[in-house]
Parts: sequence; structure tokens; C-alpha cells
Amino acid sequence: MPNIQFRDLAQQQETAEFGMWIFLATELLLFGGLFTSYTAFRYYFPQVFAEASHGLNAVIGTINTAILIVSSLFIALAVYAVKNGQRKKLLFTLSAAIVLGTAFMVLKGYEYYNHYLHHEFPGLSFDYSVANAHTKQIYFFLYFAMTGLHAIHLTIGIFLVAFILFRAYHREFSPSYYSPVENVGLYWHFVDIVWIFLYPLLYLIDIHH
Amino acid sequence: MIFIFTNLLYFLPPLFPEAASTEAGGVDSLFYFMLAVCGSVAALIFILLAFFAVRYRRKEGNLVAKSYKMPKWVEITWMVVPFFIFLGMFYWGASLYFSVLRPPDKALEINVIAKQWMWKFQHEGGQREINELHVPVNQPIKITVASQDVIHSFFVPAFRLHFDVVPGRYRTTWFQPTKIGEYQLECSQYCGTNHSQMRGTIIVMSQGDYENWLKLGADNSIASKGQNLFRQTGCNACHTGDSAARAPMLENIYGQTVNLENGENVKVDDNYIRESILNPQAKIVAGYKPIMPTFQGQFDEDQLLELVAYIKSLSAGREQIPPNFSPDAPQPSPVGDAIKKSEESNE
Amino acid sequence: MKSEKTIENLSVPPYQPENYLNAEYGVKSWLLTTDHKRIGLLYMVSITLMFILGGFFAMLIRLELLTPQGDLVSADTYNKLFTMHGVIMIFFFLIPSIPAVLGNFLVPLMIGAKDLAFPKLNLLSWYIYLAGASFTLWALVSGGVDTGWTFYTPFSTTASNTEVIKTAIGIIIMGFSSILTGLNFIVTIHKLRCPGMAWFRLPLFIWAIYATSLIQVLATPVLTLALALVGIERAFGIGIFDPALGGDPILFQHLFWFYSHPAVYIMILPGMGVVTELICAFSRQRIVGYTGVAIATLAIAFFGFLVWGHHMFVAGEAVYAAMAFSFLSFAVAVPSAVKVFYWTATLYRGAISFDAPLLFAIGFIGLFTVGGLTGLFLAALGLDVHVHDTYFVVAHFHYIMVGGSMLAYFGGLHYWFPKITGKMYPEGWARLAALTIFGGFNLTFFPQFILGYLGMPRRYYSYPENFQALNVLSTAGASILAAGLLMPFIYFLWSWRYGKTAGANPWNAKGLEWTTNSPPPKENFLVTPVVTEEAYNYETDDEQLELFDEEDE
Repeated sequence: MPNIQFRDLAQQQETAEFGMWIFLATELLLFGGLFTSYTAFRYYFPQVFAEASHGLNAVIGTINTAILIVSSLFIALAVYAVKNGQRKKLLFTLSAAIVLGTAFMVLKGYEYYNHYLHHEFPGLSFDYSVANAHTKQIYFFLYFAMTGLHAIHLTIGIFLVAFILFRAYHREFSPSYYSPVENVGLYWHFVDIVWIFLYPLLYLIDIHH
Repeated sequence: MIFIFTNLLYFLPPLFPEAASTEAGGVDSLFYFMLAVCGSVAALIFILLAFFAVRYRRKEGNLVAKSYKMPKWVEITWMVVPFFIFLGMFYWGASLYFSVLRPPDKALEINVIAKQWMWKFQHEGGQREINELHVPVNQPIKITVASQDVIHSFFVPAFRLHFDVVPGRYRTTWFQPTKIGEYQLECSQYCGTNHSQMRGTIIVMSQGDYENWLKLGADNSIASKGQNLFRQTGCNACHTGDSAARAPMLENIYGQTVNLENGENVKVDDNYIRESILNPQAKIVAGYKPIMPTFQGQFDEDQLLELVAYIKSLSAGREQIPPNFSPDAPQPSPVGDAIKKSEESNE
Repeated sequence: MKSEKTIENLSVPPYQPENYLNAEYGVKSWLLTTDHKRIGLLYMVSITLMFILGGFFAMLIRLELLTPQGDLVSADTYNKLFTMHGVIMIFFFLIPSIPAVLGNFLVPLMIGAKDLAFPKLNLLSWYIYLAGASFTLWALVSGGVDTGWTFYTPFSTTASNTEVIKTAIGIIIMGFSSILTGLNFIVTIHKLRCPGMAWFRLPLFIWAIYATSLIQVLATPVLTLALALVGIERAFGIGIFDPALGGDPILFQHLFWFYSHPAVYIMILPGMGVVTELICAFSRQRIVGYTGVAIATLAIAFFGFLVWGHHMFVAGEAVYAAMAFSFLSFAVAVPSAVKVFYWTATLYRGAISFDAPLLFAIGFIGLFTVGGLTGLFLAALGLDVHVHDTYFVVAHFHYIMVGGSMLAYFGGLHYWFPKITGKMYPEGWARLAALTIFGGFNLTFFPQFILGYLGMPRRYYSYPENFQALNVLSTAGASILAAGLLMPFIYFLWSWRYGKTAGANPWNAKGLEWTTNSPPPKENFLVTPVVTEEAYNYETDDEQLELFDEEDE
């Protein structure tokens, strides 16, 4: 049964999906502010930013990019599966996305831990004796702010997918009712796309050197 | 409202501030123009509102509205006409703005340092003042502003001049006083507890009085103070003025464009010199190694301005040191001492 | 005032059909409600409390400025007072005022829906608002904050030693509430319109709320980020905005005004929507140029995003950037001016009835005209160099925000009061209140234009003596304004209990909200309405009325 304010279930699903798009527009602007700050500081300090980017582990960054792209594929397949009523395929693809998302977070955590060890963690452990320490600190702060905000979003995404998996396991979805799967899918793709921008901006600034 | 307004005229101090700079007239003309245009538009709307309200009030014989369709040309007119009027205002405003931001070539240069909650001034001849600035009448005065802590704003209503003092960068503007007298200087960007006490006086003097005043307060020129600082800090160990040295030559560099290590170009101006002292490795000149240490936190804004003045003085076409007064034999200077004393007590 | 004669009304409570107010009783039925009408009332109570607090601070500010010396409070207290006045009035009163109170109550009613698209989210956004308000009040009682509502860096990140972080968190939390409300409205307006309610049949209030919601959704996250960066910089000493650590203080201003300039339109656009409704209802006339007003509304929202730089003309932005921002600021004035023309033209050949809501609406047009035209002075680059950050600016934005938004909010409250409560307010008192507020407002803020041009900077705790006369006038006006604002609180409460019962459509106005009972039933409409005509179609009704008139004669 649709909620009281809707004519029918179709209208309710459409509304929910539209709401998710508007929500993603908000999210876009939230990241937009950070991207603006990044652009400004990279324009002020191009050399320091290029140099500081060598502190990042581009190999892990690349692996993580691949992980996220594949996870997005699984999410897309999950939406396809639920539309066609393929329950087993739905359960498998959702689980795969959770595993990949978690793998991303583990690798990210490993990177963060290394930054901590190398005194590149502003606010917690930072080495001010190096050249341009304060400017370098701004680079690393932006790195942590942007990837951190992304990581928070991805963690929420993993929980959402787990919740969807739980509901799918209890056969709550059908080819006529699947908007939660689709909405979580939209969210997941958004988080993925943010990373696609973060990866070159942070890791690949000065890769040719 | 109009009643109150006209009555105010009789018992109030002047409703418009004194105009005492070359820019003031231009700003006032634009203000009066906009007041006239906007005032007439507002008056027209108020009259129409009042007229319609009375003429078409609901009463016997006018119980229902007589609906009508607005002709298209009226709608287009009230969109297009304001747009062109606005365009005119925009153009006028922008041209005033340009002249405020572009100091004339030959101008007396004064450095302004703002800090919580006082104004400090440095004259070219080394005279320093706090919360008081003596300037000659009818001469363009270029001010370079710097802030020691937070954002302040240099506001002289009589000059119609308002200029934010942003920490971490030099900004320049100018004014040309037209009347002898004393004018209020105010900080207009909120800066903390005593924001409203951060006021000063601009004392505009005749050319002759100003010359006399300068003699009283003369000390070393800013550039020569900068030269001393340059030696004391050991800058000359690397910046030896030799093209084979470890650091770039500073002679004849001001105003030039230099190539950077990363292939970009930068024009050497006050802000670039400042950045190169505080954050040397941000923009390295091509052919040099990033070996200069940072001097962040070692100089206050006064000293930075002195160093900048010294480096500027090394370039041709600018006044060269040595200054008129030798640093070894300082002349007795009652005003200078008094200022120093008051500065100490203030700090 | 004629109600005294019908004594039987007092002794026998009139029959009231089941409505959203009496459908359920008890605290729980309010605190857990998902009914948009009840949530609107919850908002009304909370923002009223914040308004009283903010108004109290304003009175203290005006009292302090009565004399040139600082003698009532200390300089630090004064700085905290104007900061908290700004924070509370802007973030906790004006931004939620019309959207969250009248919008919540009216959007579903006006488009013929049974509720908003996400009722639980709607309730959640009220709780988030409460959390934000509590956080800010906590900051207030634990010492207050003295940065000004603008939180300019590096003052807020390095110099101030007050509760900046707590206040910032409070505002960030409030921002989420604002985003969720906006999101809910956008989705509702897109998806839940009743049959026949085409986009160009929507009441213009809905267009205004729609444009406002777009701004809320798109601009608020940038404020969230800017304030979060201020908090992080304070807590960890990272120099994003601190020039001593390589940061850029002007970057904060860009991020802040990217939200806070559009926020001005969050405050004024709904007010314009309300006024359009009032003008049409009380002149019994279809708005002249429906499409023009609707498009102007969207144009203001769009251009509103492109003018933030006009707050930085003297702060050191590039000359050509300043020119672009100045030009766009003039451009945004065109649709605003056009709206004033449309409203005025709608009165022409109308049948105007001077009920209190119309007095508020005409007051709005007058004050908004003054506020808008003085905005042009500030948009003109060379002139802004003189009046920037002076009392001229203070007067200008109070004419827009108080003279504009607040008057519209009160006008709307009066107009829809019978719908909300099922009772009528006392008309005579309401007219008196409207005139008092209008007069008091002008006396308070008009002298500030003159003060500003004379060169009195804003946020001054003490000032040169020659400014005193104008300041005294302003303070005198403020006390009249305060008295005017107190009146509605009293007679609204009184008439909620004792007022004359209002029918479904006491103004004989058009619009779906007037087709259902007063107060409306829980589901708004017993039968889903179907719209077959344009908005404000007063002619058809009135033609019939005219026929009756003629027959009578």
C-alpha cells in the first residue's frame, strides 16, 4: 500500500527516486566547496602541491580506484537483478559490493596509518621541520578532508547496502517494488564518481616526475 | 517619514559628510544622481500605491475588480528601461572604482600597518606615527596597507575611501586631500573588542607645514632601516649582488618579470618580495636551488615593509640610498622620541 | 469587533468538525506527528521563541547606542550581543520563518496534496532545527560568541577566544534542517500536485517556495563546509584561512558569501510569494503578468547565486571580478524591480479592501522598494567604496529582511490565521499593529542610512559624538517597533481561544487552501480536489456577484 499522500505505489517510487537526486545535488555542492578550496590552494602553491603529492601511495590509489569501479558495476547489476526478479543474483551482487567497499576502506585505513607514521597527518602527527611545512600541511589537510569526507560517505554506503541486502534476503523486493535498491544504487554511484575526481587531483598531480 | 526627514534638517549636524579629497566629489555626484533616480522611482511607486489604494478601494459601485490585461509593450518597457538605467549606474560606479585603485605615478608613499587596535604609519623618510597621519594637501598619497593580525579596514569618510587591510598581503590605494584640516580615520571591518576605538586622525597640512613637520620627526629612511635589517639578518651572505652567487641578485629586479623554476613567470612586486621572504620556496627563480630558509615569524609587519622598501630602493629609477641622515649620527628628534615612547606604552 | 453581539457564541461552543487540531490530543500526538500542519505550528512556536530572544538582543544593542560612550554593557558583551542577534535572527528566525511555518502549512494545501512527500523527514528536520538551536543556545550560555554572524577569518580562527566552534556546530546542524525542508518542498511540488494543477496554475507563493528551496538545497552545504573549516582550523591549527600559515582569509569570504548572499533570497523570495497572494486576494484581481512574476522569481534565485562577490569589493578581489559581480548585482535588481511593478499594477482597477494583511503587504512593497533601491547604491562599485561596512549597509539589509521578510511573514500569519486556527483575529488591533510596526520600523532604520553615509561604521560599540542625534532617533524607533511587534503575539493568543469562529473562506479568496474547512481536516481534503482554472481567477466569481448586484438594484 502506498503512503497516504501518494496515489499509487508507482508515484511513491518515483517520488523517492526524485528525492534522492535532489539529495545528491546537495552532496555535490558539499564536495564542491572542498574542490574549490583545493583549486585555490593548488593555484597558489603549484610546486608544493606537486611535491607533497609524492607522499601519497599512487599504487594503492590506483587499486582503490579499480575496486570502486568494479563495485559500481556490481551495484548496477544488482539493480538489474532486482528489476528482473533474480533474487540470488541480487544477493550475490550486493554482497560483492559490500566486500569491495570494505576492501577500499581497509586500504584507505592502511594509507592513513602510513601517513600517521610519516608525520603527514595534520592535527595528529605532523612534521613541521620540513621545507614549506605549513603549505604542505594545507595539502595534506585537504587530502584528509576530501578523502575523509568520501570515506564517511562510503561507510554509510556500505551500511545502506548491508541493510538492502538484509531486506532482500527477507524477500522484501520484487520487480514491482525496488526503489530502495535503486536509490542506494544512485548514492553508491555518486560516491564512486566523487572518488574518480579525487584520484587524479590528489594522487596524479606530479606522477610524471 | 518625509516629515521626520525635513524636521531633522533643522536641528541636526550636517547630513552629509565633509568632502576633502579629489575622489569625494565624484562619489558624491554618483550618490546624488542615484538618489535622484531611485528617489523618483520610489516616489512614483508610493504615489501610485496611494492613488490606487484610494481610487480603487472597495466600496459601493466598486465591489468587483475590473480586470484588464497589461499590454506587452508596458511589460517590456519596465524590464528594459531599468536595465539600461542600471547599466549607466554600473558604468559610472565602475569608472570611479578604477580611479580609486590606480594610484598616479608620482605619489608620496606611506605604509600603513594595522593591528589590534591601532594604526601605525611609516613615512618614506622613516618618520613613524601612531593613530595620527600627517599628509600634505593637494598631493597624491599612495598608501600600502598591511595587517599584523586580523582584517581591518582603512576608512576615511571625508575622503570617501574605504579599503580592507588583509593580513598576509600588501594592498595599495591612494587619495589626494584637497582641504587642510583634521579628518577621522576609522576601522570599519570588525576586528574584536576595541574595534570601535580603533580610530585615528588624518592631519592634512599645507606643503610648507608638512616639510617642517617631516624635519622634526626624521629618523632613518625606511629603506636604510631595511638595509640594516638586511645585514643583521645575514641576507647578504647569499644575496651578494654577484651573478655567480647562491641566491638571485636583487639589484634592478623590482618591477621586472622573472622566470620561475616551474616554467611560469612572475612580476616582482611588493607581494612577491614579501612571499619570497616568508615562504621562499613557493616560487623559486629559475636556476636557483630551494635552499633559502623561511623567515615566517621572524619579522613583524613593520620590518617586512622596511625590507621591501630596501629591495625596491636597489632598482634603478627609484630613489637611492644613502639617506639624508646618517644612521651613525642620529639628530635629536623630540617628536620622534615622543612617538617611540607612546608606541612602547601602546604595545 | 462586531462579535460581541452574538452572546450565544460564548455560551455554546460551536460545533467543530474533526480537524487536524482536535483529531488527536496529548503531547505525544504533537511531538510524534507527521502532519505537515502540526509541524508548521511546532516550527512557529520554536521560531517565535528565537525571535523574542533575538529581539531582546536588538533592544540591548539599541539601548547601548543611545549614548556615544559605551556605558550600558562592556565592549565584549556588545560584540557578543550583535553577533548573537545576527546568528539567531538570520539562521533561526528568518530562514525558517516563511518556508518552515507558512510553507509547511500551506504547500500541500495549495497544491491539493494530503501531505508533503516525506512526512517523517519533515518531522526530523524540526528536531534537527531544535538540536541546532539548542547547540547555539548552549554556546550562548557558556560565554557567547563575538565574531559577528559572518565569522570572518582570521579573526574567528585565531583572535577570538569565545565559543566559535559551538556556535558553528549549531549553525551547521540548523543547515541540515534547512536542506531537508527544501528537499521535501521541491519533491512535493514536483510530484504531488493534484489533478489539473499544472505548473502555470500554481499559486505564486508555491513558485516562491520552490525557488527558495532550490537555493536552500544548493547553497547551504557550502556554508556547512565553510563553518566546518573554521572549526577545524581553530581546533587543530591548520592554516586554511590563516595567512601566517599559508592560508587565505579571503577564501573564507568566498565560501561564506556563496551561501550567505543566496540566503538573503531564501529570506525575501517567500516574502514576495506571500505578498503576491495578499495583493491578489484583497484587490480581488488576478495578478497582472502571472508568467512574468513566476519567471522573475526563478531569475532572482538563479542570479542570486552569481553575485556573492559584491560583499568583497573593498576586500581585495580582482578588479575585473568586482566589475562582473557589480554588473550581475544590477542584473538581479531587474526582476526584483519588475515584481514591484507587477504588484502595483495589480492594484490598478482592483476592488481593494484594507484588511490588516493588505496593510502589511503594502508596507512590504514600500519598504522593499526602499531596501532594493538602496541595494543599487551598494552594487555601484565606486559608491560601495564609501558606504561599505557602514550603517548604510545595516539599514539596507534591515529594510530587506525586517521590512521585507518579517512584514510579509506577519501579513501571511494574519491572512492564514483563520485557516490555521479556525478563528478570526481582531481586525482593529491588527491594523493598529501594522501601522505601528511600519512607523516604528522607518524611524528605527531610516536614520541609519544617513548615519552610514556620514561614515559611522557598523559593529561600533561607541561612536563619535556627532552621530548621537540620529542614533537616539533610531533607538526611539526601535521601542515603537518592539511595541508594535508585541501586539500580534498578544491578540493572536487571545483570539485563538476567544476569537470569532471563521468560516472555510472568510476572505472569499481563491486558492485550494480556502476550499477545505478551517481548520483543515487531518488529510487536508475530504475529496481530492481537481483544478480546472488558472490561479487567482477572481473574475468568474465576481461576474456572478455582479449579476446578483444588478438583480438587487
